[in-house]
Amino acid sequence: MIKSELILRLAERNPHLYHRDIERVVATVFDEISAALARGDRVELRGFGAFSVKQRPARVGRNPRTGSAVEVAEKCVPFFKTGKDLRERLNQPAGGDA
Amino acid sequence: MAGHTVTRAELSEAVYREVGLSRNESSELVDTVLDEIASCLSQGETVKISSFGSFQVRQKSGRMGRNPKTGDEVPIEPRRVLVFRASQVLKARINAALAKLR
Repeated sequence: MIKSELILRLAERNPHLYHRDIERVVATVFDEISAALARGDRVELRGFGAFSVKQRPARVGRNPRTGSAVEVAEKCVPFFKTGKDLRERLNQPAGGDA
Repeated sequence: MAGHTVTRAELSEAVYREVGLSRNESSELVDTVLDEIASCLSQGETVKISSFGSFQVRQKSGRMGRNPKTGDEVPIEPRRVLVFRASQVLKARINAALAKLR
């Protein structure tokens, strides 16, 4: 499923709403999560999972083609930990659409 | 890092502010967004949100694990796990913003 398909499904479930508004809802949700991570904040969505930012220290890497050593600067990577309910839902026998 | 934790309530508040639907409806929509994603994933389907990232379900096979405290062998059942891969756009946004903070 891609973003536009998600919007279509939400539109089906909410026939009283403008399509444009649903697009804005989806954009706002992901933009708020991104903005929070860019501030270094955590985002915790109970039953779904938690997004956080982990710091990776600077290290000496290698160019896999030439084998030469390259400095890799310190950086931050976004991380997602699956929530308990979602983890259980993924492992329900029937493919589990509750 | 991680000074503050953003929750569903804050996402709903942002939707209320940005889209102009009622607070109640905003909060229900945030839940519906997450629920649609979860339901797709629980069927094993990948969910891709452009400029944010993708959620993918991976099948892990069973293996023997160990209780690290007691050293006992414990079977780990085959299971499905979820992995999130952030898009380049999101990674760039996080690193640009945090570089400025420093």
